Amino acid sequence: MRPVHVLAAAGAALVSLSALSACGKNDDAAPKGGSGAIEVTATDSSCEVGAKSTSAGAVTFKVTNKGSQVNELEILAPDGKIVSERENIGPGTGAEVTVQLSAGTYKVMCSAGMTGKGPSQALTVTGQGKAVDPRLDQAVAAYRTYVAEQVDDTLTKATKFAAAVKAGDVTKAKELYAPSRVGWERIEPVAESFGDIDPKVDLREADLKQGDRWTGWHQIEKALWKTGSLQGEGPYADQLVKDLQTLKTKVGTASITPTSMANGAKELLDEVATGKVTGEEETFSHTDLVDFKANVDGAQKVYELLKAIVKERNPDLATTLDDEFAKVQKMLTKYEKGDGYVPYDTVGAKDRKDLSDEVNALGEPLSKLAAVVAR
Amino acid sequence: MTANVSRRRLLGYSGATLAAGAAAGAGVVSVARAGADHGSADDAAVPFHGAHQAGISTPVQDRLHFAAFDVITDDRDRLVRMLKEWTAAAAAFTGGHPYGSAAGGLGEAPPDDTGEALGLPPARLTLTIGFGPTLFEKDGKDRFGLRAKRPAALIDLPHFPGDDLDPARSDGDLCVQACADDPQVAVHAIRNLARIGFGVVSVRWSQLGFGKTSSTTPDRQTPRNMFGFKDGTRNIAGTDTKALDEHVWASPADGPSWMAGGSYVVARRIRMHIETWDRTSLQEQQDTFGRTKGEGNAYGAKREHDPVPLDKLPADSHVRLAHPDGNGGVRILRRGYSFTDGTDGLGRLDAGLFFIAFQRDPRKQFVPLQSKLAASDHMNEYIQHVGSGIWACPPGVRKGGYWGDGLFS
Repeated sequence: MRPVHVLAAAGAALVSLSALSACGKNDDAAPKGGSGAIEVTATDSSCEVGAKSTSAGAVTFKVTNKGSQVNELEILAPDGKIVSERENIGPGTGAEVTVQLSAGTYKVMCSAGMTGKGPSQALTVTGQGKAVDPRLDQAVAAYRTYVAEQVDDTLTKATKFAAAVKAGDVTKAKELYAPSRVGWERIEPVAESFGDIDPKVDLREADLKQGDRWTGWHQIEKALWKTGSLQGEGPYADQLVKDLQTLKTKVGTASITPTSMANGAKELLDEVATGKVTGEEETFSHTDLVDFKANVDGAQKVYELLKAIVKERNPDLATTLDDEFAKVQKMLTKYEKGDGYVPYDTVGAKDRKDLSDEVNALGEPLSKLAAVVAR
Repeated sequence: MTANVSRRRLLGYSGATLAAGAAAGAGVVSVARAGADHGSADDAAVPFHGAHQAGISTPVQDRLHFAAFDVITDDRDRLVRMLKEWTAAAAAFTGGHPYGSAAGGLGEAPPDDTGEALGLPPARLTLTIGFGPTLFEKDGKDRFGLRAKRPAALIDLPHFPGDDLDPARSDGDLCVQACADDPQVAVHAIRNLARIGFGVVSVRWSQLGFGKTSSTTPDRQTPRNMFGFKDGTRNIAGTDTKALDEHVWASPADGPSWMAGGSYVVARRIRMHIETWDRTSLQEQQDTFGRTKGEGNAYGAKREHDPVPLDKLPADSHVRLAHPDGNGGVRILRRGYSFTDGTDGLGRLDAGLFFIAFQRDPRKQFVPLQSKLAASDHMNEYIQHVGSGIWACPPGVRKGGYWGDGLFS
């Protein structure tokens, strides 16, 4: 299941706004209505694309679903990878997809029933246009590798954790709990883009809705630290591993762009600000600082991959981000203990405020990263 | 993961992944337009630039958001950069404009301005900055090379009898007083300054005030405080340039030249024991002040603004102790606000007066006055000072200058 589309739509309108008001300070700019968009008409068995070629740069597809099934628009790169997609286009409705395309031959595919298969038409993109900086493609590719590594890491460690849980070894399970989450926490925004996995593995008790079945790390966390018994936890441990295996099989299909990477980095800091600094994430184990560190590392990885471009386009932002990442990392070292961190319930109010100040100090400039790499 | 999965994912990662959508842009555009129109409604704008900072002699607005900040960097250049940016933002806000783009900027970037003041008039917003003692020296450290520039009048306030000061509601390296006729305008200003300052400053504490308790326009009704009394009848009028020069503005001869035309502000969070006051007899209430509750006339006088025959007032009454005539003519410019911050956990209102006073030299004005009040004021039975701060407010910003340029240059 993909996110609801209402706000994503508003986002698209703003993108076209920004294209017209380069300085970004002109509040009067209005979006140009639809002209220049490539019309796509989808039915249950056809996919008519209103152009055979276009020039490189930002290309907008305006898709209309005239069929009877829910449809999906996919733009496939010359190598077959999904460049962009739009799911859940209901019968009789339409959607717009804007995507940065460099020269090459793409496929525009309509997938009735959202099976990932369907009729397609070739689209040749020519010229330089505002072609994507190849370093951005490299950054995305490197990030995909990183994401895959982190998923592997979390799966390996969660498997060991699950084994300890199933063996009823409370001490061992407690020891393995926080490390098993590190890979997940580093790439959480990507993992969360698969909407069904996140609630299964990382839901907190406080977020349960009536009738929800609570599974995942935090369910076991409660058993370990609050109940102190692993009786009946075996199935939960198995389920956690199973869900992470599903993530592993799916993660390669995640839609990742430089913008989504940058937004993900910002969201990792949001996670720290709303969940970790407050001590809400790990309410029983108090291992919040382990997650905190993993979130920061994940955000820093994104920044490092995009840094060369940020340095060129906004050197002041690069300086600030270098400085603030260094500061928050230094601040975290203060709380190191053994291979991990001190329990968060031992961190006093004054220290929590210092951490919170630093999260704001880093989160604010980090929120500017997406716009820098999006252009 | 966060509590609100769907909203988070909408606004964040996934939504941005595909810069995609149907025709939902119309609403966004109208917001952007509102932002553009907004600048024209400046009929109620108080000029930001001038010889003195606005928000001192300016006729008192209805609402307050006062914030004290700690500077959390040791980097002086960064602090100066932030002060420059604050100045530009303050000039925009007081003019009724957003700072940067509020709704029409890049889709991929967070808006510069948070936007809740879009479409609102300037509401006579004033923003007044002050520099606290700890900016000049903290724990014996001259953090920003400013120690030598600390004015002698910027003292560390002494302990006054009865004080029960909460460090979390006291002091601060910087303060910003935001006053406006619309609370949303005042809160918007502080919120955005705090955001601009992330990494350089951190909000130490802040206070909302909802009802002005003093007037700098004495021809109008004197407002009432949470005790239900008029207070500050003899406040300095914002138009009385002679009294302002004598009692409020620091002169070049007073101390460092960077403070000439500036003023010293003392803020005190004064908790009122509302419930005990409310069951106090009218007679004792009036005796406490030395004036009537209805008209506000001092004992022995007919009308509120009549001269006060001090010897007709109880010796421990508030007016008798605080009146300029009993203090060698010492006056302060008061700009306080009532506050209510909910309840105190014991079912009592956490309410009182957020006292704000501007003056030329606290050593000669606030300190002797408060020493006298703390020692003898009958009102002490019903109040407690629980927060405190003092700051040096530099003179006004000239066009092209910035807050504190005289201090940092």
